[in-house]
Amino acid sequence: MMRIILKWGVLAALVGMALYLILALYAQQEFVFAMLFLVLTASAVFVFVNKKLYAHRYIFPAIAGMGLFVIFPLMYTVGIGFTNYSASNLLSFEQVQDNLMGRTYQSDSIRYDYGLYQTDAGYVVYLEGEHQDLVTPPLELDGSEASVPVLPASKRPTGESLAMRDIIQLRSNLGSLNLLTEDGRELSMASLRSFAAIHDQYTLHDNGSITNNQTDVTYFPDHDTGFYRSADGDSLSPGWTVNIGWDNYLKVVSDPTIRGPFFEIFVWTLSFAVATVVFTLALGLLLANLLQWDQIRGKGFYRTMLILPYAVPAFISILVFKGLFNQNFGEINLVLEGLFGMRPDWFSDPALARTMILIVNTWLGYPYMMLLCMGLLQAIPRDLYEASAMDGAGPVNNLFNVTLPLIIKPLMPLLIASFAFNFNNFVLIALLTGGAPDIIGASTPAGTTDLLVSYTYRIAFQDSGQNFGLAAAIATAIFLVVGALSLINLKLSKVKV
Amino acid sequence: MAMVQPRSTKYRVLASHLGMLGFIVIILFPLLMVISISFRSGNFASGSLLPENPSLEHWYLALGIPYTGEDGTVTQPPFPVLLWLWNSIKIAVVSAVLILALSTTSAYAFARMRFAGKGFVLKSMLIFQMFPPVLSLVALYALFDKIGNHVSWLGLNTHGAVIVASLGGMALHIWTIKGYFDSIDRSLEEAAIVDGATTWQAFRYILLPLSVPILVVVFILAFIMTIMEYPMASVLLVDTDKLTLAVGAQQYLYEQNYLWGDFAAAAVLSGLPITLIFLYCQKWIVGGLTAGGVKG
Repeated sequence: MMRIILKWGVLAALVGMALYLILALYAQQEFVFAMLFLVLTASAVFVFVNKKLYAHRYIFPAIAGMGLFVIFPLMYTVGIGFTNYSASNLLSFEQVQDNLMGRTYQSDSIRYDYGLYQTDAGYVVYLEGEHQDLVTPPLELDGSEASVPVLPASKRPTGESLAMRDIIQLRSNLGSLNLLTEDGRELSMASLRSFAAIHDQYTLHDNGSITNNQTDVTYFPDHDTGFYRSADGDSLSPGWTVNIGWDNYLKVVSDPTIRGPFFEIFVWTLSFAVATVVFTLALGLLLANLLQWDQIRGKGFYRTMLILPYAVPAFISILVFKGLFNQNFGEINLVLEGLFGMRPDWFSDPALARTMILIVNTWLGYPYMMLLCMGLLQAIPRDLYEASAMDGAGPVNNLFNVTLPLIIKPLMPLLIASFAFNFNNFVLIALLTGGAPDIIGASTPAGTTDLLVSYTYRIAFQDSGQNFGLAAAIATAIFLVVGALSLINLKLSKVKV
Repeated sequence: MAMVQPRSTKYRVLASHLGMLGFIVIILFPLLMVISISFRSGNFASGSLLPENPSLEHWYLALGIPYTGEDGTVTQPPFPVLLWLWNSIKIAVVSAVLILALSTTSAYAFARMRFAGKGFVLKSMLIFQMFPPVLSLVALYALFDKIGNHVSWLGLNTHGAVIVASLGGMALHIWTIKGYFDSIDRSLEEAAIVDGATTWQAFRYILLPLSVPILVVVFILAFIMTIMEYPMASVLLVDTDKLTLAVGAQQYLYEQNYLWGDFAAAAVLSGLPITLIFLYCQKWIVGGLTAGGVKG
């Protein structure tokens, strides 16, 4: 009985929390996210209440985790790829309108010179107008007062008139004052010597257009570009996020300042991934063969030494290489200068930077291949090598005619996984070169050593532009590549479930 | 032992030994270098590969102790390395516990129960696991931004967000554990169920105790993977005192503020425990990595 009460209590509490989150998100017009959590909560309740779905209770948390943090972000990203979501078009239309309508400017015509008086009850601001003087009630001026009514007055308050030096000290607290006159006007500090009336910058019309009250220019909302635009073509920032269809994809294909770098980076990404797989496999297979050879003693020692690069956390060893390859202080250039008298510029020459990346990645990746190959080599029957030795075959013959044909099939899915991993090897590039050296003539951040993933990351998160839409479009293209690879992989590895 | 041995075998064995030793020297050069640099005085001094006047200044700074030089100048530690290490360990332990608990129960259902859509779900998990989270960072960032407005401990710049986000990567572990469960005979559990045990009891008191080895492996794997996670933490965490080691360590090597010696000491200090854990567990880890997931 207790258990049942406990169970339902916990369930009710969780559902209550989820409902709170959903309603809060809905109230903030975050419909996509409200929907996401609604679906999640509903399916959770369904699975945990329905007796028939007992088995699904076990897998629900894992599936929900994947749905929330893998599948939903993936679909959301694909969706962003069709919008102009970026640093300049970050908000929704309503938020942009609120932002613009909240803007004000200070009038040139309605101005008051003022004096600040210290009376027994506090500070008093006395405004001298052309027709009518105004006075505030006594104030503390400690920054807590925002809106203060002012009343018509005819004589200056009694008390000490403060000098400019004291006014300067109280400047920020004076600046936060909003003085409300009896006829509904708002005044704020315009300079150290004057207060001026505040006007709304824009007036909203029924048809959605807005007029700038200062310049009398009218702006119309343009839902194709996500900006308020005037007849002259001027646009107001901020803009809002709109759907722009395939424009991001077209940009990648047609804009030469994006197409050029994109193509270069794509080719480099492919070559990097292929080269990494080939180098690590060649090295790993060679070492695995040596370690399998029964004539070699001290295998345990060799094995431990050889997998050390795999055991050190990658983010540390990549940074170690970054320091060692440093042009001026790096130990690698120190050694090279001592031996050959040269100081290669590893980080600013594109070819050298790419060479360095391949060296580092081979260092990082060969132990994995070696371990895989060792496992697979053990499965090859010894007598096959006996037979080939009888026929007079050497090691090279053995490798290509016995070993490779036997291990290539189980190895293939692992090689494809390794290819996919390196195709998206973000950490290596982000920590080692950050994409540098830059590609000249690119309109987005793009470097000669950037992989598609790091290129996408930089478009989305690096300094200028923050073009989330474009980044998402490129990410979608990469999703397709990865999806195709993993499907092939699934076929090849004949996964049984 | 092979019966047929060519005459040149002796030289080939010797050549293999020499070749491997030479290779190991090259491979270990970066690691040995870093240890040596961590004892070298100053951040810019280059000169010899072995430190000429060994100094512990970088080690003091890495351990968070201000270092007083010979001329009396006091250097403050540039970054809170130990705090970063602690953050990393905290996040990794909590993540690993959660991942282990959730993937074990899922793997149990996948291994022992029949239900609709089982094959489909298992296969889709394998496919989705290959999509790198770095590509959907914009969406993840937005997701945690929105959640954080209402649930503050899950928002941006919190460890809660990093921990929860790591739960997206459970498929690999589910496959590993399921592979192990599949290899355990199910007759014991069936006998228990015949005797009146519930499914949960059969799982909790019979299968789990038998699976301790694989659970240890998965825990360590999940722990190491979370410690090494970089892209997600780099976007979600902002404040210096919230960073994980993987995100913070790169700050030593900014071009404007290049602290090569300090980095070396911090790297050895924080990298060594993880390396040792990995080496100690490598047999099981490798088995889990290669055999557990994909059985060809």
